[in-house]
Amino acid sequence: MEDMSRYPLQLEGADVPMVSFKNVTKAYGSLTVLENLDLDIREGEMVSVIGPSGSGKTTVLRMLMLERIQQGVIYVNGKPITHMEKNGGLVPADDKYLRKAREPIGMCFQHFNLFPHMTALQNCMEGPVQVLGMSKRAARERSEDLLELVGMIDKKDQHPSRLSGGQQQRVAIARALAMRPKVMLFDEVTSALDPEVIGEVTNVIKKLVAEHNLTMLMVTHQMGFAKDISDRVCFFFGGKIEEQGPPEQLFDHPQKERTQQFLSAVKSAD
Amino acid sequence: MMFDWRWDFTWEILPRLISATANTLLAAGAGYGIAIVLGLVLALSQRTPYRLLTLVVREFVEFIRSTPLVLQIFFVFFVGPQIGIRLSPWTSGMIAIGLHYSAYLSEVYRGGLNSVPVGQWEACSALSLSTRKTYWRIIIPQALPACFAGMGNYLVGILKDTPMLSVIGVAELMHTANAIGSESYRFLEPYTLVGIIFLLVSLPTAGLVRISEMWVRRKLGVY
Repeated sequence: MEDMSRYPLQLEGADVPMVSFKNVTKAYGSLTVLENLDLDIREGEMVSVIGPSGSGKTTVLRMLMLERIQQGVIYVNGKPITHMEKNGGLVPADDKYLRKAREPIGMCFQHFNLFPHMTALQNCMEGPVQVLGMSKRAARERSEDLLELVGMIDKKDQHPSRLSGGQQQRVAIARALAMRPKVMLFDEVTSALDPEVIGEVTNVIKKLVAEHNLTMLMVTHQMGFAKDISDRVCFFFGGKIEEQGPPEQLFDHPQKERTQQFLSAVKSAD
Repeated sequence: MMFDWRWDFTWEILPRLISATANTLLAAGAGYGIAIVLGLVLALSQRTPYRLLTLVVREFVEFIRSTPLVLQIFFVFFVGPQIGIRLSPWTSGMIAIGLHYSAYLSEVYRGGLNSVPVGQWEACSALSLSTRKTYWRIIIPQALPACFAGMGNYLVGILKDTPMLSVIGVAELMHTANAIGSESYRFLEPYTLVGIIFLLVSLPTAGLVRISEMWVRRKLGVY
């Protein structure tokens, strides 16, 4: 067992990061996918995660939302989400605490994962009504505003099966935003889309970056997009951050050899 | 052998058989009601994190599925009183047949629940939906259409298995036909009528299942 006393019960101070990974290790059985990860993300920062498949980049997002970790602590807004306080120390969080702690986080998936038996509007209202306990009227208003924001208001009564991939992904973004998250996670949200509709999704994300003070963590294969909108880019390799920095620096003057290899491989594939 | 069908006798016994049909439908309906609910409980309890519970339920389902229904009926009716549970033929029959089919339906539900993509669970997690709401509002409605064909098969199955209840004296169709036979020594007409009645009930049931499946799919927006 790990000695938990080295991790603070919560992060305090003037400049507490919105998301903070402290010495985090994640393994599936005997396969370690992320090792001793330390990563801080400031409030309002847009961080892109790039890297070859199997580098652990998607796992970074999944640990915040879907999975338990083997070592270390993740803090969101200064509070631990993977652990809870008990008798003055940190113990692994139980399901109930975990659910509550993850409420300030929203996530969008590669395959949208909209609820197929609900309309676009019902998809957006589900969280606010069932989890936040909002009235249906208030939830409907909020959801309609968000569907307007992503340009899907005229399709609000359609089921996902009647929508294109790009449209479904935009509804999925609205659904996540309806929970008023402080942190948004985008997991390869354009990877399953036809090339001609990628723009409509990236435009929505650009709009969020420009107009909202959301903290965002995005795994992507679209280097151009990552370069355009990120404040910082992290290149993952072999379960570790190999290199990170502002997009101009990382894309135009990568320092590490592996980063250079990866970027040139991506470029020649384009 | 002579094949002599007596129409006067046919008309004479028809009212008795028709009123017994009501009992058959009641037995099938009540048994199915038990099976639908209990089957879901069995299926869901195999998905809890409690290993022991999962194991016990799994073995129970296998046990029920690998032993004959008629044995289970006898067991509830005749062995029950020895351990202090005294039940009427009707109650014993409903319990036995409901239990028997709940094991089969739990397998149908299990398949249906497994058919819901893992992404749906992840979306529920991402919205912080509770486990209960995840099942009731998201997973089960999507699993249902996949379960419908199997559920329909077992509805017809349970109907055809109700004659088993005649062995403990439940006055359903088969029991009544047997009684008519032993009173009059004529078996051709009662048994033929029983066959026709079963056919007349089963066929529309199967059709109704198919129609309601389409209706549910449309209602849920999944095709």
